[in-house]
Amino acid sequence: MSIDLVTIVLLGLLYAAGFYLLMQRSLMQIVLGFVIVGHAANLFLQAAGGPPGEPPFLGVVPESAMADPLPQALALTAVVITFGLTTFLLALVYRAWVLLGHDEVQDDLEDRRVRRAEIAAEREESG
Amino acid sequence: MNALVPLPVLLPLLAAALSLVVGHVPAVQRLLNVLVLSGIVVVAAMLLVRADSSGPVVLQLGGYAPPFGITLIADRLSALLLLVSIVVMLAVLVFAIGQRITDRGRASTSTAFHPMYLVLCAGVSLAYLTGDLFNLFVGFEVMLSASYVLIARRSNAQRVRPSMTYVIVSLTSSLLFLTMVAVVYAATGTVNLADLTEKVGALPPGLRGGLALLMAVVFGIKSAVVPLHFWLPDSYPTAPAPVTAVFAALLTKVAVYALIRTQTLLFGDATSGAFLLAVALLTMLVGALGAIAQNDLNRMLSFLLVSHIGYMVFGLGLFTEIGLSGVILYVVHHIAVQGALFLVSGLVIRHAGTPSLRHISGLARTNPVVAVLFAIPALNLAGIPPLSGFVAKVVLLRAGAEAASPLAYAAAAGAVLTSFLTLYALSKVWVGSFWCEPRPAVPDVDPTDDVTVGTRATSRPMLLSAGSLVAAGAVIAALAGPLSAVSDRAAADLLDRGPYRVAVLGAERAGG
Repeated sequence: MSIDLVTIVLLGLLYAAGFYLLMQRSLMQIVLGFVIVGHAANLFLQAAGGPPGEPPFLGVVPESAMADPLPQALALTAVVITFGLTTFLLALVYRAWVLLGHDEVQDDLEDRRVRRAEIAAEREESG
Repeated sequence: MNALVPLPVLLPLLAAALSLVVGHVPAVQRLLNVLVLSGIVVVAAMLLVRADSSGPVVLQLGGYAPPFGITLIADRLSALLLLVSIVVMLAVLVFAIGQRITDRGRASTSTAFHPMYLVLCAGVSLAYLTGDLFNLFVGFEVMLSASYVLIARRSNAQRVRPSMTYVIVSLTSSLLFLTMVAVVYAATGTVNLADLTEKVGALPPGLRGGLALLMAVVFGIKSAVVPLHFWLPDSYPTAPAPVTAVFAALLTKVAVYALIRTQTLLFGDATSGAFLLAVALLTMLVGALGAIAQNDLNRMLSFLLVSHIGYMVFGLGLFTEIGLSGVILYVVHHIAVQGALFLVSGLVIRHAGTPSLRHISGLARTNPVVAVLFAIPALNLAGIPPLSGFVAKVVLLRAGAEAASPLAYAAAAGAVLTSFLTLYALSKVWVGSFWCEPRPAVPDVDPTDDVTVGTRATSRPMLLSAGSLVAAGAVIAALAGPLSAVSDRAAADLLDRGPYRVAVLGAERAGG
């Protein structure tokens, strides 16, 4: 299955921009990153069906001219899923904002504590 | 008989809708949930008996000819794992009801627990039973969406950050999954697993290798394989005990199942085997060493969970019949024992008021029942005979020795070392928290949330369900004979691929 150049470049840009945003500290940017990578994946799924064609109605359109309907059905399902999860993610970000008063991703406190204990133990040994 | 296959997916989804409708009567919700899960246990047992005696049970949804429609298939592996998973879900549900986190709670009026638990069950069942890559994605999404709600439900300021980590990492891996489906469809024009078996084999080696790697990354994130494990010890420990128990027991194992299924059906040659063995070695050691450094009970158990995922990847990486048989035994054992450990940790926290190991002391004297309940699965996880962990580990080590390659020997040695490190980590807990002088319980930090801690009283359903999961380790060991016979046959099916293809596609298409 071949995909045209414009779609390939677009897909590359969307994936790159999306993953860049996903790695940011602000939760809102992460949500936008999720949305953009979601678009990229759905567009890719759509493009995987090959070049566009006639609507796939048996008996109305010759079979050779039909577009492949399966990836479209898959993309539709995936769009619904990503849409639903985006709303959930937004609600969660809102709750984090209400509870914490900001929308930054924070460090893992327990990791820090383990690390501090380790440094203290090293000092005791050397000193 | 074929009509039984969709029941584990349909029943809980319909019951979830009903459960929302009767949300104002918690007693009805509880009864409905217990009844549905018990029903699915029966269905899964019937599917297993049928699949073992007369081959995979297949249903083509909507009567579409394969490979165009959605295929549901219960073969030995999926039926066995479905049965064990739902039994554990049932035990955890009883615990959750006993802990009263399912009720309206002291501060909130949410009744989301039961419907979401049922949706989670539907997602797990769908992921096990599907014969189609895209439907596997849908199954994962159903399961994960429910898990997002369960982990973020009633979160306070401390719990919202870890649940955010969990949600974002899972969502990212889901998008990679979707990308993988698109690549597979663009390359082969099908998403039916049985149909893909042949078509993936015909792809150029570079593309095949790329696909195998993409699948390994997707399922590696979901099953928390090192170096993709960072999210797990961060997010699991903060949820209430039953939620952590069901996540630890099932979610990672469903991903391991997907890894087994895709690697054996689609790839399964020496190169990806060596890659998986290296990853397995790393996972076992990093997880076990991470566990030793922790001083929070739940975080330590989470690192041990990561480390023991390595055992399953180890057996898979060998790609021999005995190796796969060992993996199946290990998954069955681990679902039960990891669920049991997290439930017991819930009991410990309820008793001591905190998961911090520095503040728990003398539990063996103040609460001997919990001490026994902790000791048995802890010994089981480390692989002390005569419990189920020993049986599974012996089979895996034998498989490693029979494979007789340097990497297999290294991974087997790593497995033995990990077993010792596990024992060390758990005995550290035992010495520090169960022996020594008893300390008074730390008072409940947030008395308004839905988990009561720092109380000497344990409710009977909690003890019973944790006890039954602990006993399951012994039962699995007692049934090791018939169980390993089933897992041997399942492993042979996995390597042969033939029965699976014939069952889905029919004899002519599969042959030609």
